[in-house]
Amino acid sequence: MLTGTGKRSLASLMDELYRAIADPTRRAILDELVDRNGQTLFELCGRLIMKHRIESSRQAISQHLDVLEAAGLVTTERDGRYKFHWFNGEPLREITRRWPPKKTKQNKKRKGNDP
Amino acid sequence: MKIILTSVLVDDQAKAERFYTETLGFVKKHDVPLGDTSRWLTVVGRNEPDGTELLLEPDGHPAAKQFKAAMVEDGIPMAQFGVDNVEGEHQRLNKAGVRFTQPPTDFGPVITAVFDDTCGNLIQIAQMKDQP
Repeated sequence: MLTGTGKRSLASLMDELYRAIADPTRRAILDELVDRNGQTLFELCGRLIMKHRIESSRQAISQHLDVLEAAGLVTTERDGRYKFHWFNGEPLREITRRWPPKKTKQNKKRKGNDP
Repeated sequence: MKIILTSVLVDDQAKAERFYTETLGFVKKHDVPLGDTSRWLTVVGRNEPDGTELLLEPDGHPAAKQFKAAMVEDGIPMAQFGVDNVEGEHQRLNKAGVRFTQPPTDFGPVITAVFDDTCGNLIQIAQMKDQP
């Protein structure tokens, strides 16, 4: 909910979220992490080349990951000497919270509850 | 020109010898002392005694460890080996305690997996689908 003192920070977080998912390469990265969560940069780049024909450099993909991380959609965890990237869908809930998909049903419900 | 030898930089040659022969199944070809501590240590494929040799080379150069750590962090393998069955090798090596950073993954013409060689490198194994 966009209320109170958290309004500005949530609003800017939502800006980051929409910016993050506005790019097809970043959406492909999310697709691949949903397919298998917890990937190294190497595996992710391999999947993007072989499955999506996205031949960006590792450095470019790394920058895309930074944008996804800023939006909270990807988290990076070190496990020993390796670094793995994980998908986190939680920020996406705010979209449906704001624009609920079952609006007509809810309207009906609201009507029924009226005294 | 042909490739007769390639190398991986290992942090401990004795450990590397055990891993590459006992765990992976390569066969030692050359083992020649070089100076005080290092050896010219090479292995070959079990069924390819005259095939390309893999040199298990000490990573003593000051830049080597930093380079290796950066490659491992991003999951980038330092060598690729061909196998007939990636899934089978994954199961076999998993049982032997080998750590995989990428399980068998289908990339269309090729199936690959990536594991840690315990000597500071990641290694990729690959199975080409349209080749025996």
